[in-house]
Amino acid sequence: MTDLLEPRAIGRPLERIEGRDKVRGLAPYAYEHPVSDPLYLHPVQATIARGRVVAIDTGGVAFPGVVAILTHENAPRLASDENRELWVLQSDEVHYRGQFVAAVIAETPEIAREAAGQVRVEYEQQAHDAELRPDRPDLVRPDKVNPSFDTDTQEGDVEAALATAAVRIDQTYTTPMEHNNPMEPHATIALWADDRLVLWDSTQSAHGVRKTMAAVCGLDPAQVRVISPHVGGGFGSKGTAHPHNALACLAALAVPGQPVKFALSRQQMFVVAGYRTPTVQRIRLGADADGRLTALAHDVVEQTSKVKEFAEQTAVASRIMYAAPNRRTSHRLAVLDVPVPSWMRAPGETPGMFAAEVALDELAVACGLDPIELRIRNDPESDPESGRPWSGRNLVGCLKEGARRFGWDVRDPKPGLRRLGDWLVGTGVASSTYPCYVFPGSKATIQYGTDQRYVVRIGAADIGTGAWTALTQIAADALGCPVEAVRLEIGDSDLPMATVAGGSSGISSWGSAIVAAATAFRERHGTDPGPGAREDAEITQPPASRTHALHSFGAQFAEVHVHADTGEIRVPRMLGVFSAGRIINPRTARSQFIGGMTMGLSMALHEESVMDARFGHVINHDLAGYHIAVNADVKDIDAVWLDEHDPHSNPMGSRGIGEIGIVGAAAAIANAVWHATGIRVRDLPITPDKVLS
Amino acid sequence: MRPFKYVRATDPANAVALVANRPGAAFLAGGTNLVDHMKLGIAEPDLLVDVSRLPLDRIEQSPAGGVRIGAAVRNSDLAADPMIRTRYPALSQALLAGASGQLRTLATTAGNLMQRTRCPYFQDLTTPCNKRTPGAGCSAIGGHNRDHAILGCSAECIATHPSDMAVALAALEASVVVLGPEGERRVPLADFYRLPGDTPHLDTNLGRGELILAVEMPPLAFAERSAYRKVRDRASFAFALVSVAAALDVRDGAVADVRVALGGVAHTPWRALRAEAMLRGGPATPDAFRAAADAELAAAQPLPGNAFKVPLARNTIVNVLTALARETA
Repeated sequence: MTDLLEPRAIGRPLERIEGRDKVRGLAPYAYEHPVSDPLYLHPVQATIARGRVVAIDTGGVAFPGVVAILTHENAPRLASDENRELWVLQSDEVHYRGQFVAAVIAETPEIAREAAGQVRVEYEQQAHDAELRPDRPDLVRPDKVNPSFDTDTQEGDVEAALATAAVRIDQTYTTPMEHNNPMEPHATIALWADDRLVLWDSTQSAHGVRKTMAAVCGLDPAQVRVISPHVGGGFGSKGTAHPHNALACLAALAVPGQPVKFALSRQQMFVVAGYRTPTVQRIRLGADADGRLTALAHDVVEQTSKVKEFAEQTAVASRIMYAAPNRRTSHRLAVLDVPVPSWMRAPGETPGMFAAEVALDELAVACGLDPIELRIRNDPESDPESGRPWSGRNLVGCLKEGARRFGWDVRDPKPGLRRLGDWLVGTGVASSTYPCYVFPGSKATIQYGTDQRYVVRIGAADIGTGAWTALTQIAADALGCPVEAVRLEIGDSDLPMATVAGGSSGISSWGSAIVAAATAFRERHGTDPGPGAREDAEITQPPASRTHALHSFGAQFAEVHVHADTGEIRVPRMLGVFSAGRIINPRTARSQFIGGMTMGLSMALHEESVMDARFGHVINHDLAGYHIAVNADVKDIDAVWLDEHDPHSNPMGSRGIGEIGIVGAAAAIANAVWHATGIRVRDLPITPDKVLS
Repeated sequence: MRPFKYVRATDPANAVALVANRPGAAFLAGGTNLVDHMKLGIAEPDLLVDVSRLPLDRIEQSPAGGVRIGAAVRNSDLAADPMIRTRYPALSQALLAGASGQLRTLATTAGNLMQRTRCPYFQDLTTPCNKRTPGAGCSAIGGHNRDHAILGCSAECIATHPSDMAVALAALEASVVVLGPEGERRVPLADFYRLPGDTPHLDTNLGRGELILAVEMPPLAFAERSAYRKVRDRASFAFALVSVAAALDVRDGAVADVRVALGGVAHTPWRALRAEAMLRGGPATPDAFRAAADAELAAAQPLPGNAFKVPLARNTIVNVLTALARETA
């Protein structure tokens, strides 16, 4: 049990403290930081998916204004190839189509771009392999899945339990490759001057990029500074450094004293900024006649890159969701000549819970049970995986509250019956879950200023989530002062260490550090500190993570209309009910929840990166071809939460909320599509052709 | 983007002369497609002749009793014009189904007609495309072709025309007024676009330097009962999987006259002449609409990726005509 803060500022719907600056254009994003006499970078990208660069001819580049052309032959040498993804322009090898093979530094972005197009690259092309198929004989078993989960688990005897189960489901579900498309592209300004490297970067982790790029460039971390006060979305794709960071650093090293600006184009974001792996998921469920699970098997095939392994933890949520005495999960990888997959909002849970929660809907139908009742019957009293008690599991509360608000009790379970003009009408439900992480290592400093305000410093990131505001509220309550008396500083690696804005861990981790610093500050300086009084504190892993299972839960409801003639799919209504501990700021929290749900809608109906395996690249690599839900797709969408706090998670009693909103949303929509039409779509996205009669 | 020169045309004849005499010159109007192409390297004009400020921005009654639409009229203005909304609702609806609000306020009538396919292989310089480089091969055949043509395809190209507006114009039998080095001519929309055949690099039958001055709508009384229906993957800002523009004249339960054109299915807006011929004089019933749609689509050459467009086009034709028949009953 943690000593919880008394919520005063916490729980209030404060407006974003940086909001006015943002709407007035005064909050600088990475590319916008004023620097003097910048140069501009544009990459040359490989047009083969595997092979070698044989020759690079820059003789045809006849532009005034070109400052330098970097290739693997002349680029500065990097120090560490531990992360092969960042080993940019260091060898002649081509590992995926679109890989950076050269880059132009020029006086304007237009010159850089045009000159890059004039660089002639000759390749020795080798046969590539870019196709994910579950029946490949060469699938590999990774040592761990992201970030450090067991690859496979096995409890009891799944096969025997399935063989004797009264009701069985055995289906395969697929999710496509998907790409993060934050509004702000990945962008960096890099400046190498006076033996210091400064990066104005769009990142979810200033400290992470500093550490990574220092190692890659062979610099002392103290020589590297990463500045990132405002970030226009990341969703995981800015959680780690990507090749554009390495290329920007190389360029800066090549032109000392001059800042180099580099923003990825939308098309380049489909190559070098990570993506969600496509998945092929076989789910087998066994249940008794009352719908109680006796067996659950979730076996996943997905892809990774030959350059660097990333194994998404797709089946991990199935280890904790429901009480089945016999369980197995597994992950296998096809290792391909493709770019490196990475984090995309709730990696693991998002594709995994799509498959699992549609399978559960299929089981409810097979058992003749209401899908909410089926979930209630299988709600485990303690974590099935670890045996630990839940710090708070209120999935049933979410389902019941959602059912009440959504009007679930009048639902006729039979599919394909309801019609509104030309439209078939259905409703669906699915569960959400996301773990509660507190990462060790964050550190905060509090200093009392001459202006009678407390300066709270931590190198945290606000990627559009509201962290600026929520951390200010936490600091105010931790110090027992008004929010106006707090001046927060974040988004700079010169500030104290902060862990990544990832895994929905930010507020939990950074907030814990701020509370620890505030507690230490009051202990040392009392309530009437003198100007300059200062204290800091660092957090470690909270003890509750060893005694309790810490997870958030939620229930997603969707109403879907499917056009009887054309198969068009509309979602007039979505409701999410979440159990996520104490909510720090209801305004920004609601935004996070409905943002996640919208991204889930987008996943359900639209998003698919189309890989043409003949070439090895995504062909719909822009926002016209890669569909993301637009305003017209999002109608009545609402998120609410249970009034609660988690006594074990952290001093705020909160759990992270950045990712849970997307989890289960696509399954709720898929289940509603079935209810509307009687057609069970197991392959995302659900496009009109898949429900056309 | 390679360097280029920019001039503002002083009048239509000046614009034509500037482009006709210079192989690398191109007309610039709203720029919503051309500028993209210049960034992508698909188009590399060395001279842009800006025609957007020429006095071609009027919508007026034509001497023949139809409506003459200036080439530079913005899509948003055309869609909102009261004459268009009442006399040719399919045209207004088609315009509003296209692109986004921001793009429609920039895009012009002529530019909309002249936009090029959004085939992803055409737009990607690193993949072979016969439309971009004749003889290079077609990457869509045997590749990702969910959005591609099912009618009038060739072994060289299966691209679709992206315009919504042009589908309504095809159904309503519009003509394009063109000024060229040899003078002015009128081109019926049916003769304006080309099927790919073995010259997929040519989208239209316009000659070098020919400038669109206007689009003329004929006086078609029953076009007041016309509609445009666009089926797409999301509710807005997506190209058509299939679209249907139709006008229907029902008298005493029979089809007195009808116009149908399809979008998203061919290299051109696809006028459904066979379906129209079957329907004229027959009953205005869903069964008759279905039979006519099936007859039109009998010639379809679907690929595995776009086979769904055949039933989708059929269903959408039936849906639109049934709704129009209900309206006029």
